[in-house]
Amino acid sequence: MLRLKAYVNRLSHLFLPLSVLALLIIINLIKGADYFSITMVNGAFYGNIPNILFGASELVILSIGMTLVTAASRGQDISIGEIGAITSATFVLYVLNAGNVTVWTILVGFLISCVVGIIIGAFNGTLVSVFKVQPMVATLILFLGGRSIAFMIDGKVSPILANEISNKIGTVIPGIPIQTPIILTAVFIAIVAVVLKTTNLRLYVESVGINPSAVRLNGIDPKKIIFLTFLIMGVCSAVAGFIAVNKAGRHDSVNILKFIMMDAILAVALGGNSLAGGKFSISGSIIGAYTIEMLNRTLLRLEVNPEAIKSFKAVFIIILMVIASPVVRVLVGKVLDRIKTFYSDRQTDGLNNAAVSITGATGKKEE
Amino acid sequence: MRSLNTTKPKTRLSNSNLLFMIAGIIFVLMYGFALISYPGSFMQFQTFFDLFNLNSALFIVTLGLCVVMIAGGIDISVGAVCGLVTMACAMLLQSTMGSIWGALLLALGIGTAFGVLHGFLIAYLEIQPFIITLGGMFLAQGLLTTLHKDPINVTMPAFVSLRNFTIEIPWLGTVNRLGYFIPCEIKPGVIVVVVLVIIFAVLMKWSRFGRNVYAVGGNSESARMLGINVKRTMFFSYVISGLAAGISGFVFLMTTGAGNIGNGALFEMKAIASNVIGGILLNGGVGNLLGAPIGTLTLLTINELIRAAGVQSNLQAIVSGLLLYVFIVLQSIVMSLRGRRKFRLALPSWLKPQQLQDDKKIDN
Repeated sequence: MLRLKAYVNRLSHLFLPLSVLALLIIINLIKGADYFSITMVNGAFYGNIPNILFGASELVILSIGMTLVTAASRGQDISIGEIGAITSATFVLYVLNAGNVTVWTILVGFLISCVVGIIIGAFNGTLVSVFKVQPMVATLILFLGGRSIAFMIDGKVSPILANEISNKIGTVIPGIPIQTPIILTAVFIAIVAVVLKTTNLRLYVESVGINPSAVRLNGIDPKKIIFLTFLIMGVCSAVAGFIAVNKAGRHDSVNILKFIMMDAILAVALGGNSLAGGKFSISGSIIGAYTIEMLNRTLLRLEVNPEAIKSFKAVFIIILMVIASPVVRVLVGKVLDRIKTFYSDRQTDGLNNAAVSITGATGKKEE
Repeated sequence: MRSLNTTKPKTRLSNSNLLFMIAGIIFVLMYGFALISYPGSFMQFQTFFDLFNLNSALFIVTLGLCVVMIAGGIDISVGAVCGLVTMACAMLLQSTMGSIWGALLLALGIGTAFGVLHGFLIAYLEIQPFIITLGGMFLAQGLLTTLHKDPINVTMPAFVSLRNFTIEIPWLGTVNRLGYFIPCEIKPGVIVVVVLVIIFAVLMKWSRFGRNVYAVGGNSESARMLGINVKRTMFFSYVISGLAAGISGFVFLMTTGAGNIGNGALFEMKAIASNVIGGILLNGGVGNLLGAPIGTLTLLTINELIRAAGVQSNLQAIVSGLLLYVFIVLQSIVMSLRGRRKFRLALPSWLKPQQLQDDKKIDN
């Protein structure tokens, strides 16, 4: 029993995203019972769930990077969409100039875009770690100028990626029933999980976020860790840009990954992470990202007026954050305690009020 | 205090004033550079006044955001609220029962409502400001598109006359090529900006609320221990920001005369950038309020300069990003050079020396 309780406690940060997910599923099931139905079209699964997994793939990858950046640097990177636009522009440039497109061309192009992402991440990371600029301000620079750089790399047109392989990466590889972006996302999550399990990254990032000066006294350079998280963010953005451009089939530098940083930050917050740094939970962020995609699709499914979708989303977010806020949690806890003492009052009839309150307090401590 | 400063010239400059001075010097250098490179356009006073005339809404938004940033928070909903106010006011003015005072009240009401919502949720329920104001931004944008999708041009006669109303300065102006003397023109929005700058500066420097804002932004925990009502201070900082966004929406409508979905887009980012150039840090507790208009002026001068240079629009964004980079790095270098010598002050000087002076007085 105790062990179970400890296990539940460890998962308590997942309470918020999971409950929201459950709520959304219930709403969807009320709307129509065929929500989970999956159909086979041309040898691939289609349906609501695969669509959500497919649509949220970039957001999930970006929210992983955002979680790390938020945890270490106590701020948010708002230039992730722009980094994705630049890296995917270089990818498209390489592929279009390569002539004959093979798997290796795509792979080399992807690696080049990752390197570009790392370079841009290093630019942001230097500003944040060495020059001690707040992350939001440091990344504001690329937020303002990034899309223009992508547009110049594109050569002022939006080039079309018309080849077999990127089409397959964007949709389905014949013979595999799951869409490729879902597989790529799963692989990325697996890599991140392995890295977090086998290295000290999680410990270092969390301790830097909690107290940088204490970490420095313990022999870890907080600058290096913050710099590293921004490099990881750059790679995440490059992967997300790669998936997005292959999904779309053409590189539209104005609209690719536009305003995705808001959703990514929201995913981090929904996942039960503090935006002020410190302890983090990647699984929470991933569930948060899928929840956001599900929310978007649910609003569309409920046939909400497209103009009003944003306000519905806002109301949903605000209600959610109010429910999850520390003050309301404490209040709910107090109310529950009252109810408990009320019932114990009834059971122990002969005792006076003071004794009841004492037993109530000790009972609470034992819990 | 001033007399003491003259007798004791070694009083250390606070971080706020240092950053403000850097911002001022940068602006003067920037404008001087503009004057030298494009004397034809920048020599005219009207060019300078046009910075105010066309962007008075941005100035007001920046002022409101400045208070929140000094209090250690962030409000990214200001641009969307500004846009919502323009559309709502335009619809009200176009309807049969529209009046200018009604529209003004509506603008103030919408701004205050958003401010109260944000302030309550952030200060009293302790939710992260970024998420709540992001929600407010989505809410305002959604309401804006729900209200009306197409641009509304206000044709109400009283409002049109207010829109076209300009104040001429007869003793300032330029002679055009035909020999006519054209006096400088100022829009009523500029007067609103000037009045608001004065009110905000007085509020932040001499009122109890302003000092509380600095204390809360510097270290909210120690401010609480000093007996400052941290929650109320934060609440009112967001209300002020919302109110400023409401006023800026009305001023925006007064400048352009049309409600549009794109109104006030990206104002929040521009306002944050202006505040950062003006020496108001996102950490909170540091910054001079006058830095907000100076920062906005610098940002606008950069844009004008790039426009005058005739660079294509894509390079424009890149160049302004690069200049922002230079400013941020410069500020950071100055701050770190300063921090190397001595421990950094969290409070501005006019708070700290006062106590020392009082102590000395008691000693004497």
